[in-house]
Amino acid sequence: MEFLWCLVVGVMTTCGVFLMLERHIVRFLFGMILISSAINLAIFVAGRLTRGNPPLIASDALLPAAGYANPVPQALILTAIVIGFGLLLFTLLLAYRAIKELGTADMDKMHNTEAGQ
Amino acid sequence: MTQWPLVLPVFIPLLTATACAFSFRSHKLSSVISWAGALANLCVALLLIQRVISQGLLVTAFGDWQAPFGIVFVADLLSASMVLITAIIGVAIVLYSTTDLRSKPFYAIYHSFIHVLLAGVMGSFLTGDIFNLYVFFEVMLITSFGLMVINANRQQVDGAVKYVVLNLISTMVFLLAIGLLYGATGTLNMADLNAKVALLPETTMMLIAGLFLFGFAIKASAFPVFSWLPASYHHLPSAIVALYAALLTKVGVYALIRVFTVVFDLVDSGYQPLLIIIAGLTMLTGVLGAASQFNIKRILSFHIISQIGYMLMGLAIYTPLAITGAIFYIIHHIIVKANLFLIGGFLQRRQGSDNLRELGGAYQSMPWLALLFLIPAFSLAGFPPLSGFWGKFLVIKASLQTDAYLLAATALFVSLMTIYSMTKIWAEAFWKPLPDNAAAPIALTRLENCLYIVPIVALAVITILIGLLAEPVYQLAETSAINLLNPERYINAVLGNMPEPGQISVLAAGESQP
Repeated sequence: MEFLWCLVVGVMTTCGVFLMLERHIVRFLFGMILISSAINLAIFVAGRLTRGNPPLIASDALLPAAGYANPVPQALILTAIVIGFGLLLFTLLLAYRAIKELGTADMDKMHNTEAGQ
Repeated sequence: MTQWPLVLPVFIPLLTATACAFSFRSHKLSSVISWAGALANLCVALLLIQRVISQGLLVTAFGDWQAPFGIVFVADLLSASMVLITAIIGVAIVLYSTTDLRSKPFYAIYHSFIHVLLAGVMGSFLTGDIFNLYVFFEVMLITSFGLMVINANRQQVDGAVKYVVLNLISTMVFLLAIGLLYGATGTLNMADLNAKVALLPETTMMLIAGLFLFGFAIKASAFPVFSWLPASYHHLPSAIVALYAALLTKVGVYALIRVFTVVFDLVDSGYQPLLIIIAGLTMLTGVLGAASQFNIKRILSFHIISQIGYMLMGLAIYTPLAITGAIFYIIHHIIVKANLFLIGGFLQRRQGSDNLRELGGAYQSMPWLALLFLIPAFSLAGFPPLSGFWGKFLVIKASLQTDAYLLAATALFVSLMTIYSMTKIWAEAFWKPLPDNAAAPIALTRLENCLYIVPIVALAVITILIGLLAEPVYQLAETSAINLLNPERYINAVLGNMPEPGQISVLAAGESQP
């Protein structure tokens, strides 16, 4: 199970890096979305992948039953998804504005910041 | 028990930001709220550093969830002094922007953003939990995005694309590093991580440390991942760029120092030789970049990079003296850099340009401003007895003690080149007569002049004070450095009141085994 999961993460990262090397800003963004999802999945594995083992502590025990899935990474991912969503929304709007304002989606042609030198 | 001075530096700016957001109809009201918030924060920061000096480390666990399970805020000397410097910069910037941005339509929302940014910076300095550090980085990041496009003209949008893209990459790498670190050790508390990271297999530790180094290096704009900074800073309004120059990269350096002393040991992690090379090249590229520029804000932006090199150099040498130097340097640099940008902004406002070819005659019309410029400029270059001299002296002495002669030579050469850039601004903007084709200077009212000059004078006075009274600042930096290199006190203060140590180690050991 973990092996398969790692494979998925690997494939997503590969595609993400490939897309991020593109000059077109929208493809670049797609690449970034893929990688940030891949990172969330990678953190998910850190909490152990099991089925039907809720991290609940029985009333007479100190620790949850062995082999439970650690809920902390899941909480971390939830936080990261929320933050990532906000950042992504901003970045998409910025990309839209940049294309409108600069008249190009090609990152190599965005030289306006160097103008006036 | 909650230590209020620990929580208020984050809470007050957030409250002020909310109040500013609701008072957007009245520029006057939002300025007053913003001033009140910034001043209140300065008072709390003073109280915090006084408490830390008199009582030692302060720790607060939120909701009484004790470390290492709950999130803690920790104030040691380093955090407390960083909070104080941030609060000082906050007051200076808020005052300055009252006149600099008054006429802009985004004025009220600007105050709201700036306080959220301050809250993010304060939180990053105070938190003792590495995921919480990530959250505060994000708070800082998203507001800095907002401020970056607040004018939304062509150049700003273009610069913002570069800034956003590189910073998002840094964020993702940082998040991945935290996830892997938790998977390997089962804890997120920095004090708790200290012992558990030492038990990791070397390759795992190196991988995670490398990810942290990469993520923070982008934030700190170290070589070779600094390109977002000169691409985006110079088109920002002066008050905003002064705030960014003072704080954003320094939070990256602070995170590097914190993580590579308390969590990882830089020498054990094996990245020390790499960091020494990075530090040298960061200094060199920054200063050479500045030499080729002809625009005040661009010159100063490149100088941020070269100064970051000195701080990294202090961390890279990793002796108590070197880290003392790095901390001293951060404190000095935040004040001086903000001041230089404020002066540049004032010139730009008067003359309508920050291009050196269109400036001139400032010495004739404003000799006092010329004097005020010389103080931070000489301090940046490292003239005794100003604050920059001591920072440079400490890191260079430390590098000579560890036989890093090439690094010391680079540092000395870079300060020479810094003088060159500063003389260029002096000669072009102040000394030469105003060019014929330049527009006539805009006349400012007395009040406007005052609001521009008060923060500049205040920061210049602080620079002189740090320089003349270097001993207390040095001792503060030295104590912080010794505590960073021997983090037992930090760890004991955070984990000291753990209920049952045995039980916790059982839990933590269970995390990493599938």
